[in-house]
Amino acid sequence: MRFDHRHLLGIEPLRPDEITTILDLADQYVALGRRREKHANALAGLTQVNMFFENSTRTQASFELAGKRLGADVMNMAMQASSIKKGETLIDTAMTLNAMHPDLLVVRHPHSGAVDLLAQKVNCAVLNAGDGRHEHPTQALLDALTIRRAKGRLHRLNIAICGDIAHSRVARSNILLLHKMENRIRLVGPPTLMPSGVEHFGVEVYDNMEEGLKDVDVVMMLRLQRERMDGGFIPSEREYYHRYGLDAEKLAHAKDDAIVMHPGPMNRGVEIDGTIADDINRSVIQDQVEMGVAVRMAAMDLLARNLRAHPKEVMA
Amino acid sequence: MTRTLLENARLIDPEADSITEGALVLEHGKIAKVLTQSTDITEEKFTAVNSVDCGGALLAPGIIDIGVKVGEPGERHKESFKTAGLAAAAGGVTTIVTRPDTLPAIDTPETLEFIRRRALETAPVNVLPMAALTKGREGKEMTEFGFLMDAGAVGFTDCDRVVTDTKVLTRAMSYARSLGALVMGHPQEPGLSKGSAVTSGKFATLRGLPGVSPMAERMGLDRDIALIEMTGVKYHADQITTARALPALERAKKNGFDVTAGTSMHHLTLNELDVADYRTFFKVKPPLRSEDDRHAVIDAIRTGLIDVISSFHTPQDEESKRLPYEEAASGAVGLETMLPVLLRLYHSGELELPTLFRALSLNPAKRLGLPAGRIAEGAPADLVLFDSDKPLVLDRFKLRSKSKNTPFDGARLQGKVLGTWVAGKRVFDVNA
Repeated sequence: MRFDHRHLLGIEPLRPDEITTILDLADQYVALGRRREKHANALAGLTQVNMFFENSTRTQASFELAGKRLGADVMNMAMQASSIKKGETLIDTAMTLNAMHPDLLVVRHPHSGAVDLLAQKVNCAVLNAGDGRHEHPTQALLDALTIRRAKGRLHRLNIAICGDIAHSRVARSNILLLHKMENRIRLVGPPTLMPSGVEHFGVEVYDNMEEGLKDVDVVMMLRLQRERMDGGFIPSEREYYHRYGLDAEKLAHAKDDAIVMHPGPMNRGVEIDGTIADDINRSVIQDQVEMGVAVRMAAMDLLARNLRAHPKEVMA
Repeated sequence: MTRTLLENARLIDPEADSITEGALVLEHGKIAKVLTQSTDITEEKFTAVNSVDCGGALLAPGIIDIGVKVGEPGERHKESFKTAGLAAAAGGVTTIVTRPDTLPAIDTPETLEFIRRRALETAPVNVLPMAALTKGREGKEMTEFGFLMDAGAVGFTDCDRVVTDTKVLTRAMSYARSLGALVMGHPQEPGLSKGSAVTSGKFATLRGLPGVSPMAERMGLDRDIALIEMTGVKYHADQITTARALPALERAKKNGFDVTAGTSMHHLTLNELDVADYRTFFKVKPPLRSEDDRHAVIDAIRTGLIDVISSFHTPQDEESKRLPYEEAASGAVGLETMLPVLLRLYHSGELELPTLFRALSLNPAKRLGLPAGRIAEGAPADLVLFDSDKPLVLDRFKLRSKSKNTPFDGARLQGKVLGTWVAGKRVFDVNA
C-alpha cells in the first residue's frame, strides 16, 4: 500500500494503485461511519482549515465532518466575505494562514490552478476541493467508490458522463480517474458544452442521449452550471431537458441494472427527472454523499501519515 | 569625429544573404567602408583612432525591435527608458520601436514629446515611438496622425485592443493612407478570444483554462485584409502565430497589398505545453500555440512570408504574475534574451544567420523606411557583435530590465552578445 504525495491536487498525478489504496481505506471508513460511535483518531492533534473561495455547502460540510470524525481541529474560513474583498492577494492570504501552522488545508477556488499555486507557498498538505474547471479529485474518488460498491468492480465498465462537460471539473477528474482504471468512457452532451480537444482523451463523444446511453453500466449526470454560463450555450432549459435531461425513456436505453449518479446539487427538471433521482433501485445519489465523507477521511488520513513520516520533505 | 576600425569579424549581410570575413570602418556615425578579407587594412589601421579586434566573432546589423513596451508614462516601476535601453544594448538591439499601450496611452503629440525627450535623455539606443490609432485606445476616434507624425510617430496601433467598430477602423485606415502612415494591427477576432488564457485544445481542457481557437487569428487577419483592400493602407500585422493564418497572409501579399507581418520570439521557440503547471511567466498574448503552429511559423520566417521577428518585450512586476493563471498579467521581457534565444533555431538547423537578421534587422528597417539594418557603406553604424556558440545559463535576476518576467529563467542557451554600437558609438561591451 503506497501513496506518495504531499498534496491531493488532482487525479492526474495519481497511479491506479494509489487510487485503489484510497478507496480501500475509504471502505473501512464507510463501516466506521455506519456505527453509532463514529470517532477515530487518525488526525488527532492536527489542524484542518477549510478555505472556500467559492460557495459550497455540501463539499465543505463533507470535509468538515470527515475531519471531525478523525479527531482534527477543524476551522472553516468563508473567503468570499473576507480579505479577498479587501484586495489581499491569494499568496498573501496563503502566507498569513501558513503562519498559523495548519496541517491540512482544504481549498476551493473559482480559478483553475489557484490551488496548485497555493500549495507551492504553504508548508502543510493541501487538498483540492475544486479549482475552476480544472479538477475536483475527491468528487471523482467518491464517485469511483460508489461505482465499485454498486458494481463490484471499477474496471471494464461502460460509463456515460452526460451534460455540461465543458464547465465541469467533476467531469475532468472523473474522465482521468475512470480512464486510469481502464473503463470505457462516453461523453454525452451538446457540442457547445464539450471542451476543446476532447477527441484526444480516449473517450467516445455523443450528442444524442439515446445513442450515448445504449448499454451503459453507469449514467453519470452533471449539473448544468447555470452560474458559469455566459449565456448562449443552449437555447433554453426546456429544450435542454427535452434533449439531454435524464428521464425514464432515455434511461431505458442503458443496461437494466445501470446506476444513476449525480454530484449534486441537482436541478430537477433541467438535467434529471425527479422520479429517477428518487428511484432507490437506480439512483445512488444518496450513496455518493455518504461515500464523500469516507473518501475524504481516507484522503486526509493518508496525507497526514505522509506528513508525520516526512515533515519537511517535499514530495510530488 | 573618431574613426573606428572593427577588424577580424565575420560579417552577416542579410541583404546579400551571406557571411563573409572582413572589417568595417565606422565614421560620423555611419559605416564608412566595408572591407573584405582580401583588402589590405594596414592603412585603415593607421588612420583609425580606435581599433577593435573582433576575434573572428559575428558582426551583424543591430536588431530593430518593433513593439517594445516601456513603462513610461505610468508604470516606471516596471521599466524605464534607461533600463529598457540598457537591456536593449546588452541584447544587441540598437533600435526599439515603442508601443503606445502605456498609462495614459500615447495618443497626443504632447505625450509623444514627453517620451521622446525621456528616451533621448536616458536611453543609449535609438528609440522610435508608435502612437495610438484611436484616442485612449478606445476604438472610437482616430488620433491626430498628422501632428503625431510630425512629432516623430513611426506607426499607429491600439496594440492588443482590437478596434471592433469597422467603420472607425476604415476611416482611420483611409486617413492613414493619405499620410503614408503605417498601421499595425493585432489580428484577433475579439468575440472568439474574449476571456481566453490559452489556446484551445487538449492542454487547455486538461488544465481547465478558457481557450481561444487558433481560428480567431485567421478571422482577425481576414477582416483586416479586407479593409486593407478597401483603403490601400500600409499595414503590419503585429504577430502571426498560427498555421491557419498563413494562407490568408500569402494571398494578400500576392494580391499586391502593402502588407507585412511579424511574429514573436516566444512563438518561435516555445509551445503551449511549456505553460505546464500554470507557469504564468509563459502567459503571453496571443497565447502560446501548438508545436505544429510553431514549426509553420518558423517555415514562414525562412520563406520570408512572415517578415519580422520582435521580442514584444512586456515588463510585468512579480505581483502581477504571482496570481492564478487566468488572472495573471500577460507578457514577457525579451530585449536582452532575444538573440541568444533565437539562436536556438540556428543551432537546430532551422534558420540560417542571414535569414535571422533579415527578420531582425533588415526587414523592420525596410518597413519603417530606415536606412539601418544593413551592412553597407553609408548605412548607420548600428551593429551587434556576438559569439553564436558561447554557452550560458540564463539567470533572470541578472537581466538589466527592471522586471524579470522571462520564461527562459534557467534555460541553457548558446550565444552571447559581445558588443553593441549605435551610430558608431559603443554602447555595450561584455568585458566592460
